[in-house]
Order: sequence, then C-alpha cells, then structure tokens
Amino acid sequence: MSVPFYVSPEQLMRDRADFARKGIAKGRSAIALQYADGILFVAENRSPALHKVAEIYDRMAFAAVGRYNEFENLRIAGVRLADMRGYSYDRRDVTGRALANAYAQTLGAIFSSGGEKPLEVEILVAEIGSTAAEDQIYRLTYDGSIADVRGYAVMGGPAEQVADYVGEHYSEGISLAGALRLAVDALGHDGTETRQLEPDQIEVAVLDRTRTQVRKFKRISEETLARILSESRPDTSPSEPTTHAETAETVNGGTYESDSSSAGDAAVAPPEDDAPIAPPEDPDTDRPL
Amino acid sequence: MTFDASGRLPEAFLTPGGSSFMDFLAGHAPDLLPGRRSLGTGDLSKDVPHGTTIVAATFEGGVVMAGDRRATMGNIIAQRDIEKVFPADEYSCVGIAGSAGLAVEMVRLFQVELEHYEKLEGTTLSLDGKSNRLSALIRGNLALAMQGLAVVPLFAGYDQDLKGGRIFSYDPTGGRYEETSFHSVGSGSLFARGALKKLYREGMSATDCVTATIQALYDAADDDSATGGPDMARRIFPVIGVVTSDGYQRMPEEEVGAIVDSIVAARLQRPDGPAAPLT
Repeated sequence: MSVPFYVSPEQLMRDRADFARKGIAKGRSAIALQYADGILFVAENRSPALHKVAEIYDRMAFAAVGRYNEFENLRIAGVRLADMRGYSYDRRDVTGRALANAYAQTLGAIFSSGGEKPLEVEILVAEIGSTAAEDQIYRLTYDGSIADVRGYAVMGGPAEQVADYVGEHYSEGISLAGALRLAVDALGHDGTETRQLEPDQIEVAVLDRTRTQVRKFKRISEETLARILSESRPDTSPSEPTTHAETAETVNGGTYESDSSSAGDAAVAPPEDDAPIAPPEDPDTDRPL
Repeated sequence: MTFDASGRLPEAFLTPGGSSFMDFLAGHAPDLLPGRRSLGTGDLSKDVPHGTTIVAATFEGGVVMAGDRRATMGNIIAQRDIEKVFPADEYSCVGIAGSAGLAVEMVRLFQVELEHYEKLEGTTLSLDGKSNRLSALIRGNLALAMQGLAVVPLFAGYDQDLKGGRIFSYDPTGGRYEETSFHSVGSGSLFARGALKKLYREGMSATDCVTATIQALYDAADDDSATGGPDMARRIFPVIGVVTSDGYQRMPEEEVGAIVDSIVAARLQRPDGPAAPLT
C-alpha cells in the first residue's frame, strides 16, 4: 500500500485558486457600470446566442465570465430561486442580497470541498433601486468571496488593466451613452495594443430605472448600439477636442456628457484609436467566454 | 420547499431541467401548485367567492378583453371591485370566471410560467404555446372543478406571427378551443354573447370594440344577478385590457368612464341598448 503524499491545506487551496483564476483570465472581460438611470452591462462576446449578461428578476440582472456551462447553470438556478421567492412571497421580496448570498454559499462550498473541481467563474449580481444611491452590485469570485461594489466592476480577462482604464475616466452620474462609450473603450484597452471593438463583438444590456414596465432589464440591439457608438465615436482629429462635446444628442431620453467628463473622454482618446486594428484571431477555440 | 437563509442553492435548483416553472414546482415544491389539494367531498360552490362574466372580442390589429367587477358567494356580493382581467405577459391577457381564489392563484402561476420560460430560453413562447400551458394548468385543477371550484379562463393575445388578435376558451377539463371574433365566459356569458352577436362588426376600431364589450357586459348584468353592472355612484367600471402589436395596455379609468357614461346616457333613452337592423 502506498502512502499518499502530504499536501498542506494552504498549498491545496492555492492550487485550486490558481486553477480557477487561470481559467477565468483566459476569457474576455465584462463590465458593469452605474449610470444616471441605472446599471449598464457591457461584455465582449462574439456569440449572439450565448449570453454573458441576463435578466434574473424585475430589478435584477446577472453577468458572468468564465466557463459557459458553469455560469449558465448558476444563472438558471438564480432565475428559479428568484421566481420561486416571488411566487411564494411577493415580487418586492426578491432581493439581490439574498441571491448573492446563495451564490456565495454555493461557490464557497464547491471551492472548499475536495470532491468537486472549483468553478471557473466570476459573477456579478446587480440590482437597481429607485435612486442611484440604492443600486447594488455584488461581485462574487470562484471561491465564494463576495464584495459590494460601488460605481463599476470589471471581471474576466485582464480585468485589472480594464478596471484601471474605467477608473481613470469614470464619473458618478455619467449618461448612458457616455458610460457605453467608456465601457467599450475600456474593453479595447486590455492589452499592449488598443483595439477598437465593433458592435457585433459586444453584448450590451441595461437595468433601466426609467422603464415603465415592471421588468427593468433590457438588451440593447446591435443596431441601436452601432448608432450610439457612431454618434459618440472618439474624435479622430486630436487637434479639435471640442467637437466631441458639441455632439450632444439625445439617446433614450438621456444626453451625452457635454460637461467636463466628455471633454475628458475626448482628451484622453489615444492616438491609436485613429487606426483601429482588427482583434487578433483567437487561437484557443475552447477558451471560456 | 423552504428557503434556507444561510444555505447554498438547493440541489434541485442546480439540476438541469426543463424551462417550465410549473414542472419545476411539481418536482420540487408540489404544495405550491393550485389544484393539488384534497378537500373531502361535497359541493363547495356556494361557500367561496366566484367571479362572473368576461368578454373578449378581436378588432383590426388586436384584441379587447373586458371583465365586470363583481364576485358573488351564493346570493351575497362578496366583492364589488374585484379585478378579473390580467396581463399574462407583454402580448397576452387572461380573464377568469369561476372560483376567484383559485383563479387568482392560477393567473399568478401562469404569469410566472411565461416569464420563467422567457428568461431561461431567451425567447417568448408562441401564442399557441402560451394557450397550451394555460390548458395544462386548468387540467391540474380538475379534481377541484368537480367539487364546484372550477376555474374557467378566457385567454386572448396578439399573435406576432399572424399579426392579429386571437381568443382561446377553455373547459374545466383543460380543453382548449380557439374562438373567432368574440367569446364570453362566466355566469352572464350567454347574455353577453347574445349582445355581442348583434353588436360585433368586422373591421371595428379599438374604441368601437371596447364600446361593444361594455354594452355586452351591461346586457349581462341586466339579466344575470351575479354580473355587476357599472357602479355609477362609486364610479366602479369594467376592467378593459387591450392587446395590440404595442403590447398589453389596461385602458385608463377615465377613458372607460367616458364610454360608460355615454352608454348609460343612451340606455336612459332606450334601456335595452342599441337596436340592430332587422335585415
């Protein structure tokens, strides 16, 4: 009979964490951003059918990166939990906190159990309130740790790099178009070279407080996205940074930032944006979304 | 099934399964389904509130559903402002006659069923698919229906493939029947249908269609004690749901009130309502 090698618990957990982190970093990033009328979700996703962002309930949405089969299963469980609670109690009794807690427990239990492979996912549970101050974004990682995020959250891929870009340019109360422009630019700043993402490469959805329907979640179609982005495309001639601020137009009832933050957007538009490069072909076909 | 405040998601939630919320409940929390209760024996129809008359009619580009506001319990008026017409989802509505408590519960479950499917599948059910799910829901209630607690819904919606309004009626065994032009259910339905037969025209506008359904409810209330007419003193008027390509909309109270006022004014001149030509 052979004696099993001793592996210290620290080493075991570190190995499992490394495994999950590597899997998640292989994919592309997803961003959630609070804007004036709600929360915007932008994810780089070439598939029009396999979503990374989805509706959970009236005021709640879910975003995830990592292995599709794993986070899809979590999403379905979340919808079941929310619908079940809403049906048993009332629609108002379905809260993001309860769902985030259930996810945290589930992820944590799987991570620390020896028998199961840790899930290679990172998820966001976002809930809008009646004002921006009541919005909640919970970020959950593969090991079940949970963070209550303010303003914006980035996960998946080179998340830190993308988050740095968002952090530099984000301002509270940003308009929808401004937030969208910022998120798309940030997703392009994920490597040494800046990429210009096209509307068919990104998935966009919002939780919109101003919607009259009970269900506040809405996907933004590729056409609408292309229109908003072309109207707010960073100015290509850096010598006239003011033109950007002048193109204030109404989109979904909101206006582009025409104050300091939009001037900031134009000023920081890096010269690389002048010549958008095609994203490199993805060599790893079965990489996580 | 209970909610564990501390716990991870129950295994049932993470188990791959279908997109039906009803099937999910049947597997994991059957006590939450209406129609799974046994009540002993006997006729209970006189002891619980019953909803009465619902009418629906199609018009050019959509469908109208109208319900009176009365619930009765034997000879008692249990509620004078009950609502019996509900949106089922964005493009359909459901009206209910029969045992009110069960019916409201079923509508709630039906609404969740449609929304649940939409969220899991990322697409909506076809109108026929929705009407079949309602059929399954009614069938589950057959045992209670035999004890006098039948729920008889009327389902109507805008079919985005056929570009028009459609109406489906049901019997207590879950039988589903598509109706052309107009239909009514509930205790006053015979009188309402007779009125609609004379008032309905092809190619009516939405407003004319609403007027016809309110006239029909007025006639139903005229001859059926369980159907409530417009309550002019309390300003309680029928609930009117209109479904078009823009989705479900409940007609605002003031607009319904204006139509009711003109109908009542005309009935003061001719109590039996508008006269249809003989040939």
